[in-house]
Amino acid sequence: MSKSVLILGATSAIARATAAAFAARGHGIYLAGRDMNELPRIASDLRVRYGVEVRYGTFEAEATVTHAAFLQQVIVDMNGLSGVVLAFGYLGDQIAARDFSVGAKVIASNFTGAASILAECANHFEPLKSGFIIGISSVAGERGRQSNYVYGAAKGALSLYLQGLRNRLFASGVRVITVKPGFVDTAMTYGLPGMFLVASPQSIGERIARAPERSADILYLPWFWRYIMLIIKHIPELIFKRLKL
Amino acid sequence: MGTLITPLSGWGRYPVQSCELERPERYADLNPCAVNVAADMIARGQGRSYGDAALNQTGRVLLTERVNRMLDFDTELGFLRAEAGTTLAEILPVILAHGWFLPVTPGTKFVSLGGCVAADVHGKNHHHDGSFGEHVVSIELILADGRRVLCSPSEKPELFWATVGGMGLTGIIGEVTLKLVPVTSAYMRVKNHVAANLEQLFQILQDPDRDDRYAVAWIDCLATGADMGRGVAMFGHHADAEHLPQRLGNPLMANPARGKALPFDLPGWVLNHKTIGMFNDFYFRREGGKRQTFLSGYDAYFYPLDSIGQWNRMYGKRGFVQYQCVIPDATAFDGIRELLQELSATRRASFLAVLKRLGEQGRGMLSFPLAGYTLALDLPLRDDGLFKLLDRLDEIVLRHGGRVYLAKDARLSAESFHAMYPRYDEFIGVKNSVDPEYRFSSSMSLRLGIGSKAI
Repeated sequence: MSKSVLILGATSAIARATAAAFAARGHGIYLAGRDMNELPRIASDLRVRYGVEVRYGTFEAEATVTHAAFLQQVIVDMNGLSGVVLAFGYLGDQIAARDFSVGAKVIASNFTGAASILAECANHFEPLKSGFIIGISSVAGERGRQSNYVYGAAKGALSLYLQGLRNRLFASGVRVITVKPGFVDTAMTYGLPGMFLVASPQSIGERIARAPERSADILYLPWFWRYIMLIIKHIPELIFKRLKL
Repeated sequence: MGTLITPLSGWGRYPVQSCELERPERYADLNPCAVNVAADMIARGQGRSYGDAALNQTGRVLLTERVNRMLDFDTELGFLRAEAGTTLAEILPVILAHGWFLPVTPGTKFVSLGGCVAADVHGKNHHHDGSFGEHVVSIELILADGRRVLCSPSEKPELFWATVGGMGLTGIIGEVTLKLVPVTSAYMRVKNHVAANLEQLFQILQDPDRDDRYAVAWIDCLATGADMGRGVAMFGHHADAEHLPQRLGNPLMANPARGKALPFDLPGWVLNHKTIGMFNDFYFRREGGKRQTFLSGYDAYFYPLDSIGQWNRMYGKRGFVQYQCVIPDATAFDGIRELLQELSATRRASFLAVLKRLGEQGRGMLSFPLAGYTLALDLPLRDDGLFKLLDRLDEIVLRHGGRVYLAKDARLSAESFHAMYPRYDEFIGVKNSVDPEYRFSSSMSLRLGIGSKAI
């Protein structure tokens, strides 16, 4: 039985930390991403530090027609998979809301691309009656805000998709875990004003790698974001629409 | 890439300057051409140099901490290639598991490879093995125009030896290949020797019969008169696995010293002449009392202070200055004695005073070590009188043909610097050839008049 984990979107700080935490537990790792300068570096690092088998290959979230063949190749290369972590995401910027050509990319990456590869993964694990699928969504998907609602909408859709998938795969014993990180100290947030309670990528990665051993289906990281979001979700729309968020 | 403007300092917490930081995560972004503006810049690893070497008030500070991948480890021959942001703390458990150790290590493992090269750091084994740069096989240096060049003692040797000890001023150190040394255990065999005064301490450190691969002496710099320079010399070498007691288990795994971090700044008055005197008495008795050879994990031996996270907060809000100088063999005894006399005359207590023998001067153009003795003092900053004292110490060091260590420095004058580093002209020749527009500078390089902006 293979113990390998596929990391989709492997070059971000959270993905790298997650891959490291799985490698530290003895899992083989397949790194999938676009940056062919970075992937071999991350792969070497994981091999040297943890002595596990690490491979890497090109994966384009938006090129959905390639996904089926891609996953089959990974399964052959790694001689099976024990789980998948969907870690890619594209924040875009404020323009995404006004310029749909940018917004379309945000949706294509965060939702359409995710739904496509997750469908392949689900079809693979379901008959095996084992495995886990971890999707990294975002607390931004919990309530629409003027500052990033296209990204938020795509991530919110991803959260719903994962929820449905969890419902479908429960019967076959495949775990589906939704991760909702708050502020994490990454290139995406570095130097941004208004950041608070920022978590390190390492602490997030460690929690994600621990998730398959635990029972929680939806993981806010760090934990207190569950309560922050609880409050934010319960602000009446009458008031919320007036806020500058 | 986002930038962060924040007050920044070195490990000594003096000076504090407002700096604009960038933190690349991809190797391709560790590049002057990827920096958004045409500002000058300096790379910063873990910020463990003490003064202003990794500050840049007028330009950018490029953090290398996320560019820390280990790229290649030849477990048979002991070569490690890693990105410059990788710390010794990350490297040690990886290499030890395969029976290798760092050829040279400074007194903290929380330093980056790039920092070790840029400061050409030394350890307790300098008299045997030289400084860090002697064990660097090659460097990938990222130049001002974005080109990546490989340099080594045989390939572009001038650029290599200008970069080793060059304080990050020739380019961004991207990758470092290091030759490791073989060990059979993670333990050290240590023997202490008590010295009643400075003369005895020098005798012990010079004694070839007592010599060992690693040697360092702690000095009670509050002791005066006949006791002046009393201290404990500590010698050590890597323990052989076959001589270890069974109960220690895997010889290549030593339990790391797990400690707590100092959660707040101690008030400045806590460390005073009296309390430091009490500590010194206690330490002299404790360490001096260890007459037998004893075993020590590598962590406790090489990095005793690393077990107290943020120990720099011990010196209070205003921070401290570490003064480290070296004086050549011929004049070392007189020079060190004069420095200690000057120190005790002002009744300024150094919590930590360390004396080490250094071996032959290395090949780095701005490298610190030269054959002689080096004294390191931690001096809390309470009032500006400290700077006057340090100027007098500079004067003593210069008079004896010595120099001050740039990695520790926060206040040396440009004039003294130029007098202490005779190979400066050679260095600046190389810098002018690879960085004609001075894209690389730091608050330190401006203060010391390194380059065309010289005062």
